[in-house]
Amino acid sequence: MSNNIYLKKGLDIPIKGAAAQTTKKVIVPDVVAIKPTDFRGLVPKLLVREGDKVLAGTPVLADKMSQNILFTSPVSGTVAEVVRGEKRKLLEVRIKADAEQEYVDFGVKRVADMTAEQIKEALLASGLWPALTQRPYGIIANPEIKPKAIFVSAFTTAPLAANPEFALVDEFANIQTAVNALGKLVNGRVHFSFNAETYSGSPFHKLENISVHTFTGKHPAGNVGVQIHHICPIRKGETVWTVSLTMLAAIGKLFNTGKVDLRRKIAVTGPKVNNPAYVEGYPGISMKDIREFYGNPAELRFVSGDVLTGTNVGAEGFLGFHDNQITILEEGDKYELLGWAKPCRPKLFSASRTYFSWLTPNKKYDMDTNLHGGPRAFVVNDVYGKVLPMDLYPVYLLKACLANDIDNMEKFGIYEVLEEDFALCEYVCPSKIDIQQIITDGIALMMKEMC
Amino acid sequence: MSGLRKFVDKIKPTFEKGGKLGFLHSTFDAFETFLFVPNTVTRKGAHVRDCVDLKRVMIMVVIALVPAMLFGIWNTGYQHSQAFGLDWGFWQIIGHGLIKVLPLYIVSYLVGLGIEFISAQIKGHEVNEGYLVSGMLIPLIVPVDVPLWMLAIAVAFAVIIGKEVFGGTGMNIWNPALLTRAFLFFSYPSKMSGDAVWVSGLGEKGAQVVDGYTGATPLSAGNLEGISKLGDGSGYSVCDMIIGTIPGSVGETSVIAILLGAALLIWTGVASWKIMVSSVIGGLAIGYLGQAAGATDLPGYYQLIMGGFLFGTVFMATDPVTSAQTEKGKWIYGFLVGALAVTVRLWNPGYPEGMMLAILLMNTFAPLIDHYVIEASIKRRNKKVKTA
Repeated sequence: MSNNIYLKKGLDIPIKGAAAQTTKKVIVPDVVAIKPTDFRGLVPKLLVREGDKVLAGTPVLADKMSQNILFTSPVSGTVAEVVRGEKRKLLEVRIKADAEQEYVDFGVKRVADMTAEQIKEALLASGLWPALTQRPYGIIANPEIKPKAIFVSAFTTAPLAANPEFALVDEFANIQTAVNALGKLVNGRVHFSFNAETYSGSPFHKLENISVHTFTGKHPAGNVGVQIHHICPIRKGETVWTVSLTMLAAIGKLFNTGKVDLRRKIAVTGPKVNNPAYVEGYPGISMKDIREFYGNPAELRFVSGDVLTGTNVGAEGFLGFHDNQITILEEGDKYELLGWAKPCRPKLFSASRTYFSWLTPNKKYDMDTNLHGGPRAFVVNDVYGKVLPMDLYPVYLLKACLANDIDNMEKFGIYEVLEEDFALCEYVCPSKIDIQQIITDGIALMMKEMC
Repeated sequence: MSGLRKFVDKIKPTFEKGGKLGFLHSTFDAFETFLFVPNTVTRKGAHVRDCVDLKRVMIMVVIALVPAMLFGIWNTGYQHSQAFGLDWGFWQIIGHGLIKVLPLYIVSYLVGLGIEFISAQIKGHEVNEGYLVSGMLIPLIVPVDVPLWMLAIAVAFAVIIGKEVFGGTGMNIWNPALLTRAFLFFSYPSKMSGDAVWVSGLGEKGAQVVDGYTGATPLSAGNLEGISKLGDGSGYSVCDMIIGTIPGSVGETSVIAILLGAALLIWTGVASWKIMVSSVIGGLAIGYLGQAAGATDLPGYYQLIMGGFLFGTVFMATDPVTSAQTEKGKWIYGFLVGALAVTVRLWNPGYPEGMMLAILLMNTFAPLIDHYVIEASIKRRNKKVKTA
């Protein structure tokens, strides 16, 4: 492939617990949660009360800022509980699911005959609009804006992430429908990025109406932000949308069947999972629904998403809206005698050569959540660039964020990045700085100051 | 292990906030984290982290300095025995070296770490590992006979004014070890330059040296009086300079020992090979230019093996905090360090050695270099995006 994009920088974290490509279980949901916290900056407005009956597709929340953006229930059932946190912040709407699923009928539609306006309305009404993420800042797409382009990453490089070719193999027709529909909402094209090595074997390379790009490289080559940076960087004032393959399948199903059907294959992964494999379930399912995959939950961390960017939801928590992966690993709250001074620590992985894990490149590690050190100021300056395949100066951007220096944040590329792109920088950081939080705070500042 | 852990857990509450010795919290924490990797887990962001931390990075530099330190101890004794015509065996030489060098280390670490602990205590921070390296470096870059009280004042100056006022390790703009040396150099020049300070005992009144022995380093002899002073006839052959059996600061003399350290630093990726390579290129370029221009009759490569050039290039110029941060900037920064050092040597007879000043000057200019590298990169990118 002549225009293949080679990314030399990056790192694949060798963590144990990749999911075997079998679907072990179809989850019959018990309690499902809708979490406004899955969306950056969302101020939710509650549309239901405890005890209300809902169907799959009934609106539960709306965006207070633009109230035509709805969030609908993934299952049919009864609103069991509205969970609020400090200052009555809405955290979760829990829905007790019915045994039999009933769906709101949005009507089967032929995308080819629809106008952009009709497609937009259908997505907003069904609660699938929040699947579209807007960059800069990674917020829910603004329906008033026509973006420059839409970007989809058709492969994933995140640690232990669900393999889209397995998880979505039956969804080809739905994804094609969704691509056709979304194509009407943009000025430019719908861009798909493939892994160069599996491109011809991928079921999705036959999709039509897309611009194809291929990438070769380690994580984060599969991050859509990295791909956008190399295909067509976001400049000030520009807007692009991104959407995941999983959500494309749900959008396609809406038009092809008239139902909001968010069922997806979820990879249950991580070093503390017994026989990691896939399950079929919904966004918002409880960690208790996969009880047979893990031992004593008291010593474990439950992550919705991957170990680099996922959310710690706890043993009682629920899967996030965008996620199709659960990672379970051990809490590393143990002391290690003279750990840093030992010549080698064979059970731990380091990307640096100060330890000897480079001698065993194929070994997978039973990683836990220990920080392996104490927080310090930035000292070593060249480790970050080695895992960030973007033409940016990561430390400079981070320091601009720390200093609340908007001009420099803009100059150093805050529009092009999200937390996930810096996750590896955070992983390798010998100063143990919470880099993703710095980016989160930086983006929050930009949104406050620039809107 | 569990016994030790139990003991630490038992005394820990005394040092927590509100405990009897709560004001020593940072000190306790420093010792505890020295013994045990703490049990803190990730709270935000990535749930797993690489097992490398700053302690590991710093200890790599310390290990890389060990060959230079060991050779320095031996050479201190050896130079003394040569100067005074003593017929010493290996252990006598080592013994003399230890007596001379060990106190430098004790003062360096006591004063430096003491200030680090106190300032961490005042700020309520954890104690930073940075001084482990600085403390290891300082005795290696001073003349062995430097009075200990001078060293103590210089270390205190460097740590307080050079580092802590900026906010500690990671925030400083000059290399603290070099700042120590610069303080000594300008405050007490009689103990820091000339021919009499580089060999232990030479500066004492009435020292009975071997006939004709001057104690001059190859650097001062060579650069002032030319190649006739070096070479096989006069005592300092190229071979001597590479092995390091010459007078000089404690750790800077042996090219072999320094290269061993450099190999470890480059292999582990702790120090930037780009800075090392470009500094050597810069030194060679000006060295040969100087030879061609008639400033000296030494071939350019002599500049690398004389004096503190290599030691500075490998261990001081590459300090990640005070060097250039951008990859392109490192090439420029390193080249200028090497070039400036040799320029000072060749064209400023007042200062036979230019490495310290070159690195400190380039420390000052490193942010400027980075600034222009980044501006150029952003401009180039904007142009590319515009045309695309």
